[in-house]
Amino acid sequence: MPLSQRAGRRLVAGVPTLWLILLFMIPFLIVFRISFSEVRLAIPPYTPLISWHHGSPSFEVHWSAYKFLFTDSLYVSSYLYSLKVAAVSTLCCLLIGYPMAYAIAHAKPSTRSVLLMLIILPFWTSFLLRVYAWIGLLKNNGVINNALLYLHLIDHPLALLQTDFAVYIGIVYSYLPFMILPLYANLEKHDPALLEAAADLGARPFTAFRRVTLPQSLAGILAGSLLVFIPAVGEYVIPTLLGRTDQLMIGRVLSDEFFENRDWPVASAVAILILLLLVIPIMLFQRAQRRELEGAA
Amino acid sequence: MKSRGLFTRVMLVLGLIFLYVPILSMIVFSFNNSRLVTVWDGPNSPTLKWYGALVHNGQILGAAWLSIRIALVSATAAVILGTLAGMALARFGSFRGRTLLAGMTTAPIVMPEVITGLSLLLLFVAMSQLIGWPKGVGAVTITLAHITFCMAYVTVVVQSRLTGFDESLEEAAMDLGARPLKVFFRITLPLILPAIASGWLLAFTLSWDDLVITQFVAGPGSSTLPMVIFSKVRFGVTPDVNALATIMVLLVATGIAISTVWMRYRERRHARDLQLAAAANL
Repeated sequence: MPLSQRAGRRLVAGVPTLWLILLFMIPFLIVFRISFSEVRLAIPPYTPLISWHHGSPSFEVHWSAYKFLFTDSLYVSSYLYSLKVAAVSTLCCLLIGYPMAYAIAHAKPSTRSVLLMLIILPFWTSFLLRVYAWIGLLKNNGVINNALLYLHLIDHPLALLQTDFAVYIGIVYSYLPFMILPLYANLEKHDPALLEAAADLGARPFTAFRRVTLPQSLAGILAGSLLVFIPAVGEYVIPTLLGRTDQLMIGRVLSDEFFENRDWPVASAVAILILLLLVIPIMLFQRAQRRELEGAA
Repeated sequence: MKSRGLFTRVMLVLGLIFLYVPILSMIVFSFNNSRLVTVWDGPNSPTLKWYGALVHNGQILGAAWLSIRIALVSATAAVILGTLAGMALARFGSFRGRTLLAGMTTAPIVMPEVITGLSLLLLFVAMSQLIGWPKGVGAVTITLAHITFCMAYVTVVVQSRLTGFDESLEEAAMDLGARPLKVFFRITLPLILPAIASGWLLAFTLSWDDLVITQFVAGPGSSTLPMVIFSKVRFGVTPDVNALATIMVLLVATGIAISTVWMRYRERRHARDLQLAAAANL
């Protein structure tokens, strides 16, 4: 390879790498460092990251932010609550999304592209406004309650808004396309001859599904579930607009610590603890993504 | 076989209803006369008064204009950086730093937004202490943050388009003596143009729509449209937001319809060109 070409390649790969090191990796190191400092009344409101003693740098490590998180039950409970919400929503997405992806993959090719378009279209309209739309549907004098009252199915309005149920609805609604698309990409590649062979050998449809289709689609299930689960753990908008006020999710706690309490070290420590939890799912996702993008080539 | 086909089809229809009912309800109630939003005021509806109110709402118009400018710059920069990264990942084989680049371009896609937002703000604060720039947060820091998370999406789109094509065309051009830049502009770029276009649209939408990361890196006087909407709807439903949502849905639907028609036309023309070329060779 000629020298100029090698330099050109270094530039092509180097510019985005540098950008991401500066604006994606270094910021995490700073968060990590600030989680080990103490809050103080200054601008910026934390003890200096590096202090100088006789011309040599020294790093003071404070554990107070972490100690604080484990002594106040608010943080532990919102941490566990976020896990529960993300897990339940992911499962619901899978149970709703799998049959939908299956139906699309088994539709006629011409209908398939229309159906895919219908799945993707809501994604192009504002996420915030789509969550907001559910307030109008779920609230006490909202569309759902009015309809149920009109049909005399209930006597007084159901409390739907500001419940766990509303958060599940919001997350499933917003993230469903992220579950369906990887599942569809996987299911579409399956060879229909395998199912025919299973049927010829006397397998009932459900057995054929369980023994042939399901095991083959595990990669799609994993990719879709990670795409829903990881962002759902740190979700902020949906629980703030639709969720309970007595039980916050961890993303909201982080944001409140930062904006309301101005406790940057505690907010950073919360971020680090969320990341610790998500490090394995994120690495799994990267591996799946790599296989999808490079394995095909 | 038949019964399972029926079950999945019913689920598909129900799922699509689930996806569209909230959007339709916003559109319907944007024409409602009542302030109570969800109570249909039959005698006086439909009305366009909330659309009228929107036109005179300086705060919303100003925020929308800021959001458009930020999204235009962010999407364009993200497309340039993302195309470079996608090229490197799809075409350069294994090079030093490849794993790092691949990891840093997929992580932002799933990273919870509160963490990305917090870390970027802390970076900007540390930078302004260290080198005196940026001098406070605002449109510039919002744009830098948007470029960063948008370029990850563009990278994935461009990379998957490139892996779909084998390198033989580019190699042939190289063998015929074309320089790398010429190969890029004559061969690679036309091949990935659809990916670049959809990557730009995706980046524009993500930037235009982002709330959480923006809230962290925005300052006083730099409220984007999602920030204004969020502060309005946090305390309940407001009818003018329904009108705004309807306008945005209409714009998106029109845009998608136009791009679909254009893609169909391009594909058909491409097929005809191929047929003509084949016929000429006979």
